[in-house]
Amino acid sequence: MSKKIIPVGPYHPLQEEPEFFQLHVDGERVVDIDIIIGYNHRGIEKLCEMRTFDQVVFVVERICGICSISHPSASVNCIEDCARVTAPLRAQYIRMIIAELERIHSHMLWLGLAGHFIGYNTVFMWAWKYREIVLDIFERITGNRQSYAMFKPGGIRRDIKKEEVPKIINELGELERSLEMFRGAVLDDPVLHARLKGVGILTREDVITFSAVGPTARASGVAIDVRKDDPYFAYDKVDFDMIVTENGDVFDKVIVRVLEMFESVRIIKQGLTGMPDGPYDTPLKDMPPGEGVGRAEAPRGEVYHYLRSDGSNTPARYKVRAPSFMNVATNAVSAVGQSIADATLTLAAVDPCYCCTERMQAVDYKTRKKVYNWSDLVRLSQEKTQQLKKKF
Amino acid sequence: MSFLKKALTKSPWVFHLSTGSCNNCDIEIIDCLTPRFDVERFGVMLVGSIRHADIILITGSMNKKSVKRVKVLYEQAPRPCAVVACGTCSCGGHFFRDSYNTDTPVSKTIPVDVYIPGCPPKPEALIAGIVKALGKLDEKRKNR
Ligand code: SF4
Repeated sequence: MSKKIIPVGPYHPLQEEPEFFQLHVDGERVVDIDIIIGYNHRGIEKLCEMRTFDQVVFVVERICGICSISHPSASVNCIEDCARVTAPLRAQYIRMIIAELERIHSHMLWLGLAGHFIGYNTVFMWAWKYREIVLDIFERITGNRQSYAMFKPGGIRRDIKKEEVPKIINELGELERSLEMFRGAVLDDPVLHARLKGVGILTREDVITFSAVGPTARASGVAIDVRKDDPYFAYDKVDFDMIVTENGDVFDKVIVRVLEMFESVRIIKQGLTGMPDGPYDTPLKDMPPGEGVGRAEAPRGEVYHYLRSDGSNTPARYKVRAPSFMNVATNAVSAVGQSIADATLTLAAVDPCYCCTERMQAVDYKTRKKVYNWSDLVRLSQEKTQQLKKKF
Repeated sequence: MSFLKKALTKSPWVFHLSTGSCNNCDIEIIDCLTPRFDVERFGVMLVGSIRHADIILITGSMNKKSVKRVKVLYEQAPRPCAVVACGTCSCGGHFFRDSYNTDTPVSKTIPVDVYIPGCPPKPEALIAGIVKALGKLDEKRKNR
């Protein structure tokens, strides 16, 4: 059978780094994959160098919208490291609470999209419905549903009021009930087991070779989590488990994310009750020349920021490394050998966006004629689920 | 009542075009379709191809690479169509106007009918914007 190329991308509007996949297919099998990134480049690092340190946090917040607090987290860690200040404990707790709420909403979003790709649109709608609970909490405590502008070097901008605490805990209870439902839906559904188990396997060695991070690595048995390995904010003061599974397939990636949401709820509850009183902001007076690094565990893995200061009020160099950069590369091994119907899912499993339709087209290599488009591929994926459903 | 009447008498199909955004605007657009807001009740549907679209929702800061693509896509859209710039990025450029790799605002590349500022705009604002775009569409139809 002739070899065909399926270009995927380059624009995935829900992904922090738009990338371009070319799947080389032989009939139904994916035999090779090319990954080309560098689209959607907005010159964020250069923009950071034009801004004062206070403004840098706003700029990096606009790198990615889904986890819009993970870049500011790394950024404040980085700026504080360079300026040699530490934020007050209350600020650290509130930062942690915000970051964990963010994790829940990001995982929910992913779960919904993953549900959509395999034809479980109910999961899609449910996940996005319960995600609104988190967004409501955000709107009350930060003033915006997304892009919260909550962090600043040396502290946070707004405090969480005392009367908010019981309300949030109450809403978290509601959220937990919906998470229970999702856990049941994933663990007990034979169709999902059949559809997701053994698909897109990423071995432990592959994870280490590609330096994958976050849930993608943890699903393959690599216990790596900045929150545990190098605790920042108040993560060393709360008790939570790192979720690690062994198989590295799509099913495990789902499990890791679902269970992580429970851990996040646990962290938030401990944070809300254990939060000390006191100031939530220290003024950042001046910036000594030097370097700083900041790390944070984003919903997708480790974010790493580097900063060099020459003593002026703007950074001399600012460098950002986002987790998807490494995670996306793992598709080169996990998608190869899969059928096209599984490829959509495997590519989605590292948490890029698949919401944008018509980004994926199969093109006959010789004639350049369109064979499949994105909706056909989603249909293929959904049909496979339907067939499995009939079996059970 | 006029909103309902307008929305129900004409079901606009919208196409979502990202030109280098931070995703938040895009998420909020999808959010409009999910249970809390559920604009599909009013017949507003997100379509996969620009050839089916009545309204183009454009987000992002117009990356230099996407300028050409957006122009081509806009030419493919059926007429009349209304273009809605969602978010500060596409309305005025946000701070990306200083960047070396963007060509903001979007209105430099294609004509824009409705502006929805906000970073990101709330789903309510997006829905209000789409309704305004419907008015524009009506005007355009009459002038044909
Ligand atoms: S307007 Fe704000 S939320 Fe929307 S794409 Fe631009 S930076 Fe992101």
